[in-house]
Amino acid sequence: MAKVGVCIEMDRGEVKRANLGVLAAARGDGDNEVYALVSGRCEDRAKALLSEHGARKIVEISTEKGDLAASPDLEARVLGEAVKRYGFDLVLGLSSARGKDLLARIAALMNIPLTLDCIGLDIRERMVVKSHFSGKALARIKLPAGGCAACGIRPNAIEPAPAPVETEVETFRSSADDPGRMAVKEIRQGAGGEIDLTEADIVVAGGRGVGGAEGFRMLEACAEALRGAVGASRAAVDAGWAPHSMQVGQTGKTVSPRLYIACGISGSVQHFAGMKTAKAIVAINTDKDAPIFGKCDYGLQADLFEVVPALTEKLKSRLPG
Amino acid sequence: MQIYVCVKHVPDTAATIRVIGGTGFDESVKFVMNPYDEYAVEQALRVRQQQGTGEVVVVSVGKPAAMSAIRSALAVGADRGILVKTDRQFLDSAVTSQALAKVIRQDGAPDLIFTGKQSVDTEGMQTHFRLAAALDLPVATDVAAFTMTDGKVVVEREIGGGTRESIEMTLPCVVGATRGLNEPRYPKLSDIMKARKKQVREMDLEELGVQPAPSGAPELVALEAAPERGEARMLLGTPREMAEQLLEHLRNEAKVL
Ligand SMILES: Cc1cc2nc3c(=O)[nH]c(=O)nc-3n(C[C@H](O)[C@H](O)[C@H](O)COP(=O)(O)OP(=O)(O)OC[C@H]3O[C@@H](n4cnc5c(N)ncnc54)[C@H](O)[C@@H]3O)c2cc1C
Ligand SMILES: Nc1ncnc2c1ncn2[C@@H]1O[C@H](COP(=O)(O)O)[C@@H](O)[C@H]1O
Repeated sequence: MAKVGVCIEMDRGEVKRANLGVLAAARGDGDNEVYALVSGRCEDRAKALLSEHGARKIVEISTEKGDLAASPDLEARVLGEAVKRYGFDLVLGLSSARGKDLLARIAALMNIPLTLDCIGLDIRERMVVKSHFSGKALARIKLPAGGCAACGIRPNAIEPAPAPVETEVETFRSSADDPGRMAVKEIRQGAGGEIDLTEADIVVAGGRGVGGAEGFRMLEACAEALRGAVGASRAAVDAGWAPHSMQVGQTGKTVSPRLYIACGISGSVQHFAGMKTAKAIVAINTDKDAPIFGKCDYGLQADLFEVVPALTEKLKSRLPG
Repeated sequence: MQIYVCVKHVPDTAATIRVIGGTGFDESVKFVMNPYDEYAVEQALRVRQQQGTGEVVVVSVGKPAAMSAIRSALAVGADRGILVKTDRQFLDSAVTSQALAKVIRQDGAPDLIFTGKQSVDTEGMQTHFRLAAALDLPVATDVAAFTMTDGKVVVEREIGGGTRESIEMTLPCVVGATRGLNEPRYPKLSDIMKARKKQVREMDLEELGVQPAPSGAPELVALEAAPERGEARMLLGTPREMAEQLLEHLRNEAKVL
């Protein structure tokens, strides 16, 4: 049995869905003791969800030394203190932009091993699987046996698995000081839509074949019907049809959705570096010899301007609401 | 301004990686400066230019061949280099960061340290955080915009969905660069020649007396080629029929809807 602390990433008071896979990873084969660490107050809905996914304890992290959301330095110190005090064997979190940052700060402060962007985790063996060489290779890494280590899990790489438990809530008050060297000044919402691309369950992506910014409106409609996010190839981003924050691939985002629908994308190695761990990949392409058909699950040799609207329409007619 | 830039010598991302002997790979492929470190070098040069004075020192921990990554930074304008030699491509980042911290501290008093946000071989995403902790400095990563005024630095980083966070840090600090920060310049032929005369100090990692991490290091047990999918199952019919079949398969066969 291992004692595992999971840093929960919240979004406006709600537990982001992607955390649920991390909780499943933390439970492992079932007998690990899972602590959910939440910065600040945890509302009832959030509590219920964490409890449904196997968190035996929820630790509300609090401090009077400053605003945790405004000082990454302070947040890391406060969490580091909690990790020491609870004596975790392992600290987990999401390998999202915020999660990576926080885990790296904690690991650096505590001088403990860290592996980020893990796509597999075996807590009993202390083994992780992660990408090397832009996704061209997988590395199996054994964490040292004694002491604590930290791992960030790639969003969606591990499936959530509900396992309701009784949950106790407690508060951890930290006395750590903020070194006062950095502060978050401003957060500007982007044009990337409501669902974060890297955490989306479903991604509809467009490439050069989409032909222009208007084509991306059509993909947005389809993504909306699927409750997914829109991604883009570098060719589409370079053409100015989509912002760089939407680029998937070696020089863009790495995504691991349940379903990836590539529209008018040829299937370059660099694009695949960012999406090859998707569970199911669908390609829509007019060229029967497009390389993408050689390495995906379902292929539709067709004009995306005909297939995508048909797909959206069928989805809308079937999905309630 | 005393500016340090950490650069790693890594296989070109276009290279085919052939795994050898379970945990190694065919290292005869082309190596380059880690792509994200190019943004780090460029930003250091811009800051020096903007200040009108200062020195840009490039530091690398790597095999003797890593000299070429240092030379390419010197060719675009860095002033001098330091190469810490080891015989291994895969080093524990706790060791790398301590080595970087020690040489930087020995060499001078940094005002700014630039790194990349991650190396493209091991994808560790942490060396700069450990370096900052070792030197007790603030750090930010995934930095896509950088400005400096009155001894303060403001960086912008993307935190998902196109959302940007701006962070203010005091100097000295560590900045992890990503794409979008700037457009790295290309070297001129004459500068490549001149760069050969610039000073690069070399030393062995052992000389630095770096201590291994107290809790032990993560151990690479196996390196494997990432599995590739096979040929697609092609759906047939009119676009509408294909759409219909696709949904059917995604629901009942792949079970992803
Ligand atoms: C260092 C480096 C890093 C890179 N990083 C990335 C990265 O992060 N992400 C990335 O994506 N790329 C990246 N690239 C670029 C990559 O090599 C490809 O050039 C790029 O992915 C191609 O994008 P694409 O598939 O949209 O365009 P193309 O290769 O031009 O393919 C367009 C496809 O659309 C099809 N098509 C055209 N019209 C239609 C239609 N009406 N209906 C259906 N299909 C249609 C065509 O048959 C074609 O297959 C990188 C390259 C380098 C060198
Ligand atoms: N061996 C090294 N020598 C110099 N800098 C390095 C080395 N390894 C990592 N770095 C720096 O740290 C950044 C993050 O690396 P990593 O933690 O390996 O992903 C890189 O972009 C480099 O700037």
